[in-house]
Amino acid sequence: MTILKKELKKSVKGFAVWTGAIAFMMLICIFLYPQMKDQMEGMNQLFANMGSFTAAFGMDRLNFGTLTGFYGVECGNMLGLGGGFFAAYVGITMLSKEEKEHTAEFLLTHPVRRCSVVTQKFLSVVAEITALNVIIFACSVPAIMAIGEEVPAKELLLIHGAYLALQLEIGIICFGISAFLHRGSIGIGLGLAAVLYFMNIIVNISDKAEFLKYITPFAYAEPASIIEEMSVDGLLLGLGLLYSVAFAVLGYLKYCRKDIAA
Amino acid sequence: MNVIETKNLTKFYGKTRGIKNLNLTVKEGEFFGFIGPNGAGKSTAIRTLMGLIAPTSGEASVLGLPLGQCREYLRDVGYLPSEAAFYNDMKVRELISYSAKLRGVDCSSEADRLCSCLELDTSKRIDSLSLGNRKKVGIVCAMQHRPKLYIMDEPTSGLDPLMQKEFFRLLRQRQQEGATVFFSSHVLSEVQHNCTRAAIIREGSIVAEGSIDELSGTSAKRVVLHGVKEIPAGIDGRSVVSGDDSVSFLYQGDIKLLLRELSSLPVKDVNISDPELEEIFMHYYQQEGR
Repeated sequence: MTILKKELKKSVKGFAVWTGAIAFMMLICIFLYPQMKDQMEGMNQLFANMGSFTAAFGMDRLNFGTLTGFYGVECGNMLGLGGGFFAAYVGITMLSKEEKEHTAEFLLTHPVRRCSVVTQKFLSVVAEITALNVIIFACSVPAIMAIGEEVPAKELLLIHGAYLALQLEIGIICFGISAFLHRGSIGIGLGLAAVLYFMNIIVNISDKAEFLKYITPFAYAEPASIIEEMSVDGLLLGLGLLYSVAFAVLGYLKYCRKDIAA
Repeated sequence: MNVIETKNLTKFYGKTRGIKNLNLTVKEGEFFGFIGPNGAGKSTAIRTLMGLIAPTSGEASVLGLPLGQCREYLRDVGYLPSEAAFYNDMKVRELISYSAKLRGVDCSSEADRLCSCLELDTSKRIDSLSLGNRKKVGIVCAMQHRPKLYIMDEPTSGLDPLMQKEFFRLLRQRQQEGATVFFSSHVLSEVQHNCTRAAIIREGSIVAEGSIDELSGTSAKRVVLHGVKEIPAGIDGRSVVSGDDSVSFLYQGDIKLLLRELSSLPVKDVNISDPELEEIFMHYYQQEGR
């Protein structure tokens, strides 16, 4: 586990910045809720008249006057986008950065199996994403209690669980892609996360694009659907798991055989 | 025992040649020089042996194990790449320790000794080091676990002459203790001074291999003629250097033919000698342009 320890140690600063930024934004939203709650009656009416714009973000199905509705839209977007970009960044750089920085030659000329290198780096991606979500969840719960609201435990667990799955899926897909890159390409990872996010917006506003929900993980992490159904769509989650496994296996196969650039 | 053995080892990067039908044998305990200019295939051959790139065809073994088992033989190999790149955010001592941990061994006392010999400050961050000091870090990482085989790709580039001398002293010490040293270079003098055997690589293939004495005493001769300015018409000479009243060239062929051709020329004096290794090297390389 030497490589895993080193990866975690190396990523501490970046991890702290991302986690701190997302947690900070979410806490601001939570602490703003008591002030906004009273104004939500009018806001709901306003959103109802905004047509497909509200549908795009699932706001047509959520009541802003409730904590879960407010949390689902405001905090969900922070966690979905912020966490999604973080996962993409960590995943896409994990394997390719060694070649970009020319350190792969140093690492792989030690008696370490390549599959062990991939496994330890994979675990590092999973650990970072999981830790980010655990910390943010651990910040959110006391913040909700601090504003005097009852913690909607099941809804919160479902929303955070779905976003954890979403981020793991994006992180693992990017990790798999990373094995094919000789030079790090953060743009590919962040671009992919953005495309998946916008796919879900398209799904929300157009019935003709419904097939996209089988591709983007943002579909099963949609807070409006989770709160309505009080569950995460098993089929979409299963597809996400399938994509994750496929990209992880591809990444393993590629990295264990690839020529390391000088 | 052959510590390194390649049979028709070939590596193409797409259509670009890396090495082609490379046949090389390095025996246990040898101090072996691998000579060739940039682009000849030295690094490709070494990177293939280190398991960084897969050969297109052919076979190779290191310490008796095939390339497929490189993770096993890498335990006993110390490798120094031509351009040492490390994790910039680490300190020197952290990197050396990380290298040892990746090998699953504690070699801190040997690492300290090597750092002292090479005058390496272990408290500095990698990104603050000069090229030469980075090279020293690479040397410590390659030597601290006392491997059986040292594979080094242009190890002295970036080192000052005093450090080069110290580096070769350390390597010779290891060789005397039974280790094998295989290093590539295009500095011919360091090969001639340190190696017991050498191979010359040209366009991805070995064009000459043998002891330094054998290579220097190859059939090519350095011929210096006084009294003429050009080489005889019927003589196939290379590395031709013309002076005011003399001409010097490398000749590889029938010596009787040379003497017969010379007999018809107004030659005042003749000097025929074994060339320096550098001349042999140039001899093989000038064939490239023909």
